[in-house]
Amino acid sequence: MAVPIDDYLRTQFMPHIWCPGCGHGIILGAVLRAIGRLDLPKDEVCIVSGIGCASRAPGYLDFNTVHTTHGRALAFATGIKIARPDLHVIVLTGDGDAAAIGGNHLIHAARRNVGLTTVMFNNSIYGMTNGQYSPMTPRGRYASTAPYGNVERNFDMCELVRAAGGNYVARATTAHARQLSNYVENAIQTPGFAFVEAVTQCPTYFGRRNKMGTPVDMIEWFRKNSINAAAAAKLDPADLDGKIIIGEFYRGDAPEYTEVYDEVIERAKEAAAR
Amino acid sequence: MTSAESPEVPVLVRQEWCKGCGICIAMCPKKVLEAAADGKVVLARPEDCIKCETCEIMCPDFAIRVVGGRSKEVARGREDVADARA
Repeated sequence: MAVPIDDYLRTQFMPHIWCPGCGHGIILGAVLRAIGRLDLPKDEVCIVSGIGCASRAPGYLDFNTVHTTHGRALAFATGIKIARPDLHVIVLTGDGDAAAIGGNHLIHAARRNVGLTTVMFNNSIYGMTNGQYSPMTPRGRYASTAPYGNVERNFDMCELVRAAGGNYVARATTAHARQLSNYVENAIQTPGFAFVEAVTQCPTYFGRRNKMGTPVDMIEWFRKNSINAAAAAKLDPADLDGKIIIGEFYRGDAPEYTEVYDEVIERAKEAAAR
Repeated sequence: MTSAESPEVPVLVRQEWCKGCGICIAMCPKKVLEAAADGKVVLARPEDCIKCETCEIMCPDFAIRVVGGRSKEVARGREDVADARA
């Protein structure tokens, strides 16, 4: 079929491994539509992932793709960006991959302001390994390793990336797929580190453990429990408990890492010539 | 490959990619789609389709395509953040 999105898929490997109703495919579609609208040549896009359900995404994509080690997608992506600053390097990662084992890479990629686009698929659970709680599982929610409810608080990854120095920070859910796609488009166009958190449903583990019903019920739950950042700012923080705040939170213009690095290379060349 | 190849049909379904999650059926504002006996999606009321592309955008399995209309523009976002209000 002559539909642009199919050109980006390795259709021979479809259907993908994600469970029926898993939101990861919705996020992936949003990313591909953003790439399609920007009309990026396939050879100028590099998709990098770590390990986990979300990180299976590049296997289905017909770009330059790298499926790396757990949590290290951003480290590999930083290397790729430094070697080839002309590429659009997009990191597709999960909440376990980016917030837990790869958390340190994430804050330092943001601090360096490397020109990467990171899309974190946040399903609040480790889906690939049978539903253990992750740093993104909200307090009180159930997981296979939290049968009486999770004791820990979850990260606010958007605040964390903003504080660490990223140039673009946004969040949307699978219930807001068009909006999510727009955020990814803006993220790709941002010089410097761009981070989009995509809240998604895991009906198999998170949904079942927390009695959230069907995938459709979970999407409706996201829709009902999301609030945009401008509206949230006017509310009492106590009223925001359990809500998902969505929107574009930050746009900065700090210098991008590879550009700064190029200046260092120039200075070193001048010093060597003297 | 698809359930229908006729240009009159507004929505194409790749049955072999469809996992029968029912998201497209629930999200369609005009109730064009229904589940077949095997749970996979079929067109029940193609004449009601307004080509809003919600089914295509919400399908996690890339199994559904809206023919013509705006799909050539790769489904530009049309909703504002205001739609997120509870």
